[in-house]
Amino acid sequence: MQRLLTAKQVAAALNRLYRLIRSNLLDADPLAVIGIRTRGETLARRIVERLRAERDKPIEHGVLDITFYRDDLSLRKGMPLVRATEIDFDLDGKVVCLVDDVLATGRSVRAAMDALVDFGRPRAIRLAVLIDRGGHELPIAADYVGDTVDAPADARVQVHMKEHDGHDGVFLVNSKKRKKR
Amino acid sequence: MTKADGEFVWKRKHLVGLDELTSGEIAHLLDTAESFREVSTRSIKKVPALRGKVVGLLFFEDSTRTRMSFELAASRLSADTVLFTAKGSSVAKGETTLDTCRNIEAMGVDIFVIRHGQAGAPHMLARNLSASVVNAGDGSHEHPTQALLDIFTIRRRLGRVESVKVAIVGDIAHSRVARSNILGLRKLGAEVVVVGPPTLVPSAIAAMGCRISHDLDEVVGDVDVVNMLRVQFERFSSTLFPSVREYSRLYGMDAERLARCRPDVLIMHPGPINRGMELTSEVADGPNSCILQQVANGLAVRMAVLYLVSQGTE
Repeated sequence: MQRLLTAKQVAAALNRLYRLIRSNLLDADPLAVIGIRTRGETLARRIVERLRAERDKPIEHGVLDITFYRDDLSLRKGMPLVRATEIDFDLDGKVVCLVDDVLATGRSVRAAMDALVDFGRPRAIRLAVLIDRGGHELPIAADYVGDTVDAPADARVQVHMKEHDGHDGVFLVNSKKRKKR
Repeated sequence: MTKADGEFVWKRKHLVGLDELTSGEIAHLLDTAESFREVSTRSIKKVPALRGKVVGLLFFEDSTRTRMSFELAASRLSADTVLFTAKGSSVAKGETTLDTCRNIEAMGVDIFVIRHGQAGAPHMLARNLSASVVNAGDGSHEHPTQALLDIFTIRRRLGRVESVKVAIVGDIAHSRVARSNILGLRKLGAEVVVVGPPTLVPSAIAAMGCRISHDLDEVVGDVDVVNMLRVQFERFSSTLFPSVREYSRLYGMDAERLARCRPDVLIMHPGPINRGMELTSEVADGPNSCILQQVANGLAVRMAVLYLVSQGTE
């Protein structure tokens, strides 16, 4: 596992991402911020906290588990635990800011958009990611990006967050090692 | 999309009984069912997890709620279903169970949900078919999804299963629901006492780790859950108890007996109820009853089962 970004660099990337979201969405109304489990959820929570401090209008906050919508379900061996989606508000007419930690192939985002439209018809969906690592396989790009990293196609970029891992950081993980585990 | 490390991973391709599941696997199933509850609250009650898959519902024995529950569970996962019932089918022409299933499998079925009068039929099919097999009740042997939904309901209502005291009352000898419940509850650390007339409670059942009692009144004051089994008249011909009236007086739950239970006791029944026999209407429709919650939870549990076995490889 190789470190790509230190905690300090993650903080800078998060600041950059937050400023982009703030300048575009601070006055958007009604606004919903929805994180994709697991790290996107944490990231979304951090962003919502900061937005709420600067804005009087309410912000809806939700969490999306996209497992059922993945297009590689039948290719996987063994299933980790599916967690519940928590969107207890109406999406119709809202501006939705979808938050994920890493944008790679774009397949998670595709799945997330499919899931979102089952909950209603948002006025717009914007995509915010902490890291764009390249390797997109679908015509999907992020609206707000914290930082970009170059990563070899066969490796995985992993974001660590204090809330889960005890520290902030971005790491490069050899995908072959991951499969063995 | 980073996955947490060290997470439990489900590997099983079949669910033939709770006998072979570990406590970790049962807990994983219940946790997954918890996530599926949310799907039923959406305006579009459907997720594409099993899109393009075919679930074959094979009911060699009659069933209403289990069949509908599996059918609805499959359709909420976007799977297609084909239904087979033994009545008026090739079984009547003398085809063996395995041949019937192989023929249906050849049409491209991915998961078989099977109910059969013969204990072990799902096990035999799991060994001989390449599709997944889910046991929806085999003879007097096991009914794993019923037990899972019972345990799921207990866990939701009481917040835990470990050290919960459960009484299973009635026709233990012929009950696959009792067997699966005992297996699952014991694995998760619950205390189980089975209650019924000596003719309907085999003494060997104690080997499964439960206490036996023939006196319901001695038991009710001490338990958190009373699961009242249906008397399965279709499974025995000779008279195993003197009369329906005597049975319901000794082993039925009425308002008077309920008053001797703990005030927050859960009254469960796998259905269909013989009203006035196992339960009086007053109890079945009263505040302690969670019979309809069991049915609602059954849907989430069966979605979880279909979803998990569809991903399994072993």
